[in-house]
Amino acid sequence: MRQDDLYINKIDWISISIYATLVIIGWFNIYAAVYDEQAAKSIFDFSINSGKQLVWIGTAILLIIVIMVADYRLFENLAIPLYLIFLFFLLITPFFGKEINGQRAWFEIGAFRLQPAEFAKFATALALAKFMERPAFDLSQIKYQGQAIAVIMLPVIFIMLQPDTGTAMVYSSFFIMLYREGMPQSYYALALSFVTISLLSLAIENNLNLAIAVVAVIAIIFLLGKKKLSRGIILGVIGIVVIAYSYSLDYVVSKLPEHQQNRIMVLFNPDIDPLGVGWNVTQSKIAIGSGGFVGKGYLEGTQTKFDFVPEQHTDFIFCTLGEEFGWMGSLVVIVLFCTLLIRLVMLAERQKNRFSRIYGYCVVSILLFHFVINISMTIGLFPVVGIPLPFFSYGGSSLWSFTILLFIFIKLDSHRIQQLSRMG
Amino acid sequence: MNDQRQITIIIAVILVGIVLLTKLFLIQVADDSFLKRAERNAIQRVVDHPYRGLVYDRKGKILVYNNPIFDLMIIPREFQVGDTTRFCEIFQIEKEYLEETYAAARMYSSVKPSPLIKQISTTDFARIQDYLIDYPGLFVMTRSVRAYPQASGANALGYIGEISSAQIERDSSGYYTQGDYVGLSGIEGFYEKELRGVKGVKYKMVNVRGVDKGAFKSGEFDTASVAGNNLTSTIDLDLQLYGEQLMAGKRGSVVAIEPKTGEVLAMISAPTYDPNILTGAKFGSNYMVLNSDESKPLFNRPIMAMYPPGSIFKIVQSLVGLQMGVLTPNTTYSCNRSLVACHNHPSPVNLFGAIRNSCNPYYHQAYRAMINREVSSNTFKDTEVGLNEWREYVLKFGLGGTLGIDLRNEKGGSIPSSSLYDRIYGEGRWKYSTIYSLSIGQGEMLVTPLQMANLAAIFANKGFYYSPHLIKAVNGDPTQIPLEFQVKHEVGVDAHHFDLVQDAMAEAIFGTAARAAIKDITIAGKTGTAQNPQGEDHSVFIAFAPKEDPKIAIAVYVENAGWGGRAAASTASLMIEKYIRGEITRPDLEEYVKAGKFM
Repeated sequence: MRQDDLYINKIDWISISIYATLVIIGWFNIYAAVYDEQAAKSIFDFSINSGKQLVWIGTAILLIIVIMVADYRLFENLAIPLYLIFLFFLLITPFFGKEINGQRAWFEIGAFRLQPAEFAKFATALALAKFMERPAFDLSQIKYQGQAIAVIMLPVIFIMLQPDTGTAMVYSSFFIMLYREGMPQSYYALALSFVTISLLSLAIENNLNLAIAVVAVIAIIFLLGKKKLSRGIILGVIGIVVIAYSYSLDYVVSKLPEHQQNRIMVLFNPDIDPLGVGWNVTQSKIAIGSGGFVGKGYLEGTQTKFDFVPEQHTDFIFCTLGEEFGWMGSLVVIVLFCTLLIRLVMLAERQKNRFSRIYGYCVVSILLFHFVINISMTIGLFPVVGIPLPFFSYGGSSLWSFTILLFIFIKLDSHRIQQLSRMG
Repeated sequence: MNDQRQITIIIAVILVGIVLLTKLFLIQVADDSFLKRAERNAIQRVVDHPYRGLVYDRKGKILVYNNPIFDLMIIPREFQVGDTTRFCEIFQIEKEYLEETYAAARMYSSVKPSPLIKQISTTDFARIQDYLIDYPGLFVMTRSVRAYPQASGANALGYIGEISSAQIERDSSGYYTQGDYVGLSGIEGFYEKELRGVKGVKYKMVNVRGVDKGAFKSGEFDTASVAGNNLTSTIDLDLQLYGEQLMAGKRGSVVAIEPKTGEVLAMISAPTYDPNILTGAKFGSNYMVLNSDESKPLFNRPIMAMYPPGSIFKIVQSLVGLQMGVLTPNTTYSCNRSLVACHNHPSPVNLFGAIRNSCNPYYHQAYRAMINREVSSNTFKDTEVGLNEWREYVLKFGLGGTLGIDLRNEKGGSIPSSSLYDRIYGEGRWKYSTIYSLSIGQGEMLVTPLQMANLAAIFANKGFYYSPHLIKAVNGDPTQIPLEFQVKHEVGVDAHHFDLVQDAMAEAIFGTAARAAIKDITIAGKTGTAQNPQGEDHSVFIAFAPKEDPKIAIAVYVENAGWGGRAAASTASLMIEKYIRGEITRPDLEEYVKAGKFM
């Protein structure tokens, strides 16, 4: 172990390069999304969103420097206090926040708007890491499972008060980190079948067909297996539960507010209401789908530029990429994201202490969730939920919070050897 | 365990990437419907309508042109008006009208243009033009409508109108779209492809609210429209106008042809209408009025009205008889009125006298000689063979079928064949005494005024004709006219046979049509009377002049005007004088014709 190694060589430049590439591609896409040929403004023009995003990028760099020069122990020490502070902010947001689109999710300070829920993500990640760091913490025990879930659910409850379903859903992504930290596999199997059955019962209009299919599958399993009566009874009970669930799900969906109902149903039939609820998804798919293999060329897109796609510079920024750079552009960005995520998994695994590893997996969880859900909703694989594409979407809160999230981990990673010696 | 879970997570990440890329591949590369929908969304195809070709008369006078009209358009969001009263004064509209139209435009779209004032004339436009700059949100859209400066030749020129969906379906070229204007009749209809030009297309981009965002790819795919071809018509505008004046207040037709070329000099269908009323926004309502008018102004009589040819057909009979060898100039028959009625004239007569005096019994007997030539001992069979042979001669005169004029809906008339009589009377149950009316141009025989004028041209040309046509040149180039109008049709009668006929026709002017005679111009003509079971007979006259070097062949029909020697011959004579001399030396005759009302 060489103590004279330069600190700069311990930083994971691979992750940072991918981060920088994504931010720059995102910035160019924001310009494309707001570009108007008839009133051509420079990408640096502060009156348009690409100019403003440059400010966010600049300040994000400042944040990075602050994080990188800070004492690495700071984050561990501040984990719980930060968590509590953001819980407090989340609690007061519904009362003091500015109302935008029926949500009170924003604080307005002068010309700036901040979204506490965005920052609460990394605070929760830090708190989880701190909480689960204890050697006794064992996720195979119900007690600890409950504690971990409580840490996650507390901010979710507050965010639901705003209400901001999309951001609240992000917290469910921590199941990935919990999986790595030893949450029983059977939970995931159960959740997976639960999701599958939900999708099937929504996709298949006639529940009777589904019920017949379920009975048939159970009958086959029963006939193939050892013909024990007890096993048969269990399978029978599961079958009844599944059928009952699929009927009750339809009932629950039918009781949801209509706009949420439609958001779900539009996944299975995009033509339900092409000018209403289907509009976003339809237009988004048209924009991306019209890109073809290599796209229409930078600034040549018509769908995003002429406002056919709503929220084109924030949640639907992927449309601009898909339209102007085609499938090749999508390939590059998706490969970049996957590479970054895999790299982060590898970094997390090489951590010598539990705190850093857990935090690393939290970063992977949140980024993966945003990445998958955001792109899926633009291509009609997931209902429209308002969450941004990390590093890409326009907005200070989003860029700052993802930057902080990622760079705390890069900071921790760069000190992994010191942490080992400290522990040792 | 945790190593395995780490791998699971990495595999999940890769799987997610593959799923997303697969779905993206499906919608971006494998499915091109999204591209089409994107184009439908954002790219608007704006058709640049070409300038429709103009039509000139044979001397270069304009018959049809395009008149620009202006629609004042408003974009409600950009529209600003300070002083409403002043605005209304300038644009000469009521305040209520402005408010209502503005509200309606706003309802339609605040960013898309709507018409504020439609069809502003050129003079009004000139007046308001300078004020437009003071009012943002207003602009002028120019369109053009067909216009006819002399309001003449309505039926020959035809009209254009919005294309029907049935027409769009029939048209295999795919040129037309809903709302396009298309020539529906007359020259406009027949020469539609020449006149229409080639549409241009501009692709412009629009945003989600339909606001224009400029040319798509800087106009790379745009094509410019190509103006239609200008046509020169064979019509002589002065003659056409004069004929229309003479025919005012009457029903009938005048067709004048230049014998040497088949060019139609004038084609008058009376009563007529002002072609300007079938243009622009008034088309629909005015068309309804014309269509329900019981004097049928839309009915193009020269090519659509059919009458028995009457006495004029005797000339054809004479020529066929001469060519068959049945008649010679010296063939003489008595005017036997027990066969068919006639009028007082010296008897017996030779062929010349028969034409000059229009002797009915002569042709009754001559026709019998043509039909019954004793090829069979069975008189029924003999008549059948004779009729069909005779018919072959007659058809070559351009009768019994269309002449192929460059107008739609030309009727061909009919010359009966044996099968017609077989249908009426039964096979072998009719003989000469059944069909003898044909000898004097009556019975089961119909011709159009155009065919009659063409007959006059054949007599003038001594045995040939060119299909009558209205086109003289395309873009000033006479070789561009359809080839069928350059084909000489021989009627199969030797030229020397026409000498006697021409002489007799020239003589006849001083007999049956004394009014038609013109000093210094030798007219050869023949009167006729088309029998009309519904009322007064139709007055018919054909002629050509000058006899020595024919420049004009003419047929005149005046319905319900009685004997052909009066109204029709006088009209034809005036037309000939007008065309050859350029002026009228007989104002009395002109007065007489103009005063005649036979409606």
